[in-house]
Amino acid sequence: MARFPFSAIVAQDEMKQALLIAAVDPSIGGVMVFGDRGTGKSTAARALAALMPPIMAAEGCPYGGSKEDQARYPEVVGRGRMVSRPVPFVDMPLGATEDRVIGSLDLERALRSGEKAFEPGLLAKAHRGFLYIDEINLLEDHLVDLLLDVAASGENVVEREGLSVRHPARFVLIGSGNPEEGELRPQLLDRFGLSVEVRTPKDIEARIAIMKLVAENEADPEGFAARWAEEDEKILKRIARGKAKLAKLVPQEDVLRDAAELCLAVGADGLRGELTLMRAARALAGLEGARSVTRKHLVAIAPSALRHRLRRDVLDETGSTARITRAITELFG
Amino acid sequence: MNPPAPPADPLEDAVLAARLFTLAPRVFKGMVLRGSSPAREALVAALGQAIPLRRLPGHVDDERLLGGIDLAASLSAGKPVRQTGLIEEAQGGALIAGMAERMDAGIAGRLAQALDEGHTALVLLDDAVEPEDAPPHSLGERLAFLCDLSASRRWQGVALAPAGGALADVAALDEPQLRALAATAGALGVDSLRALILAGETARGLAALDGRTAAGKHDLTGAVRLVLAPRATRLPPEEAEAPPEDQPPPPPDGERDEQSDTDQQQQDPDLSELLVEAAKAAIPADLLASLAQGKAPRRSASSGTGQKRKAATRGKPLGARPGMPRAGAKLALIDSLRAAVPWQQVRRREAGADASSPILMRKEDLRIRRFEERAARVTIFAVDASGSAAAARLAEAKGAVELMLGQAYVTRSEVALVAFRGSGAELLLPPTRSLTRARRTLAELPGGGGTPLALGLNAAREVAEAVIARGRSAALVILTDGRANIAADGSPGRPQAAADAEAAAKAIAARGIDALVVDISARPGPEGAALAGALGGRFLALPRADARMLQAAIQAVQPPARAA
Repeated sequence: MARFPFSAIVAQDEMKQALLIAAVDPSIGGVMVFGDRGTGKSTAARALAALMPPIMAAEGCPYGGSKEDQARYPEVVGRGRMVSRPVPFVDMPLGATEDRVIGSLDLERALRSGEKAFEPGLLAKAHRGFLYIDEINLLEDHLVDLLLDVAASGENVVEREGLSVRHPARFVLIGSGNPEEGELRPQLLDRFGLSVEVRTPKDIEARIAIMKLVAENEADPEGFAARWAEEDEKILKRIARGKAKLAKLVPQEDVLRDAAELCLAVGADGLRGELTLMRAARALAGLEGARSVTRKHLVAIAPSALRHRLRRDVLDETGSTARITRAITELFG
Repeated sequence: MNPPAPPADPLEDAVLAARLFTLAPRVFKGMVLRGSSPAREALVAALGQAIPLRRLPGHVDDERLLGGIDLAASLSAGKPVRQTGLIEEAQGGALIAGMAERMDAGIAGRLAQALDEGHTALVLLDDAVEPEDAPPHSLGERLAFLCDLSASRRWQGVALAPAGGALADVAALDEPQLRALAATAGALGVDSLRALILAGETARGLAALDGRTAAGKHDLTGAVRLVLAPRATRLPPEEAEAPPEDQPPPPPDGERDEQSDTDQQQQDPDLSELLVEAAKAAIPADLLASLAQGKAPRRSASSGTGQKRKAATRGKPLGARPGMPRAGAKLALIDSLRAAVPWQQVRRREAGADASSPILMRKEDLRIRRFEERAARVTIFAVDASGSAAAARLAEAKGAVELMLGQAYVTRSEVALVAFRGSGAELLLPPTRSLTRARRTLAELPGGGGTPLALGLNAAREVAEAVIARGRSAALVILTDGRANIAADGSPGRPQAAADAEAAAKAIAARGIDALVVDISARPGPEGAALAGALGGRFLALPRADARMLQAAIQAVQPPARAA
């Protein structure tokens, strides 16, 4: 199926920015998208995965292992030579069983040849790519548990059905959901580096533009993709440039102080918020081709990096975004 | 006498604890590391350098944990082949479990047994954020160290310095030292003897880390800080309150005489007082706060959670049991095969030439799957929105609803709200777990008019019945003063209204639905208590209660949920 070009997605700038930042620095750790259905969440995530340059992975390896993975997990990744393959994008359905997610004993082989083989699951497929979970807030508890464990450790450990397998599973987790249908566990929320809020565009012009683009794409997917190829290429270049610049962009003392003050002011507990804020600001500076990380970058990314980390005060109805904006105004004017 | 200042960063003590643990994993059993933070990740990495850590996933099955029949190998060998379990494989190192607060009680039980037999050591990563959530108590109690790293600001340059000596080279604690530790444990309300023994070993371990052969005062304060303080269940008695710098008050009677007789080599006449001071300085801030409020420290048993039910088709897999796959029970294929494997040779011999099929199954091999599903509790608020007190009652009920939903992800409970006023009752908030939704729906609540108590009770009962029909448990919280003046048919008149309300209440009682009547009016009358009586429920008079008091009261009196 031809994918929708990333650059052809209308509006939803905050979401696009967050996805690009996650692409530049996957260590930031995933994007949570809050909002209604039909706002282009999965389209954008899918488009981004397709946009990314292919990765080099061991031939025939079900995990798409890299050279480093070959060294760390020789028994599962194998010694295959490096071949290019597209960045994986895995769409995990809500009703997925535990077996399907973590992998299970390959029964057919066990019965036929008495061979104890592991049949990799969705986590294996998502390694080095994107794992997209729509309505993640409705995911069953025990699935959330295992996701959290894997997201925190970067590897999937299976100890059941007589299997003992450890394989790499590092992915950019993209979750979406509408908080009105159920809240997310804070532990899971904390695993996401960035969170964004999306709404269907209310602007009538934007809605018309979207309908036109979708119609064009459906009528002639190849032609449509070709028309947007140049724009997509630009985005790809920005990501590549951002990645290349990351190491050189060392935030200065004043920006670090700003980050610490902001986190303190909004009541974002823990060091993780501060680190994420810093990393995201750095990735944004890289995307923009800036020479250094400045307060401007910090302020631009602060709502995304912090809004899901504020201390919960159930009786305070001020929205998280409003609290952050207020703190920014108070601190930095 | 100044209590020793607490270390600048919680990571410092955690590193010390980790060094002790690696010094003698079988003695100290392990550690609980609370709070997901970069510091914890760094510490775990450093631990992994010192001893082998084997990850224990939450979905581990008994087979892999304890060892058992290796299905594939058994099939090809034609006879049972045993394989080792994780506990066995992790000998000499430790098992590390993430999300320990979510650990299954069955797994915890197996691990506790293995810990007691000295077969394993554990590192538990505790990501709980709510006080009701904690790793299984059976494990936390057995592991020497509990370190909270959520507030740590460090993450770089974490390393475990090698020990200067061995635990075996350190002499046993002497009588006064043991006495002082025991007195400190007593003052902190640490009843478990395990904790006391671990504290003693920790004192010796601290000496061993320094390469000394006897534990001193400093080692004892360290042991108190690392082992006893995090387990405190009460604040030390007032007499031990930090005195003015240079004038220590006389210690509690009795203790002094015993101490001065036996404690010859110590400069300080009262070692236990010193230790209690050290403990007070080291009690973690959140524990201190809850102790100061007179609350018991957190325990993993959460009474708000719906009772666990064994379900046939959904929920977390629980393992299999013998049975026929029918009536919605799914076949557990692997387990069935595993049951059949050991018998293959025998059956093949019996079947003779007919044995062409790769595996000979019999009916008794069949296993069916079991799943665990939680029966979520739904708390249904029925709020009297009539008369002049309506505004206050509604506001506090709304606050209590929001507070309960704020924790709903821990207890997996849901909340609904029925309001009654004028001549009708209305389900304002259908059962939900969403705080956002509750907030939007309850933004504007109308109030005033008569009190159709019977209608309100009937509406609440209907919601409760729907909830029970879906296999969950329901509890009613009725906020009213109980003074009904509108009958079930909507007509005014006190006598009929009261009779209808009583009938409605009895219908609820007959259905066996838990009910709680809360009267928050300034002068509670007898009607509320009478209503509670008819409901077969409890009555609480809470004049001028606010949302927080209300929520606390509801949680305190709600009995454990029962699956309907």
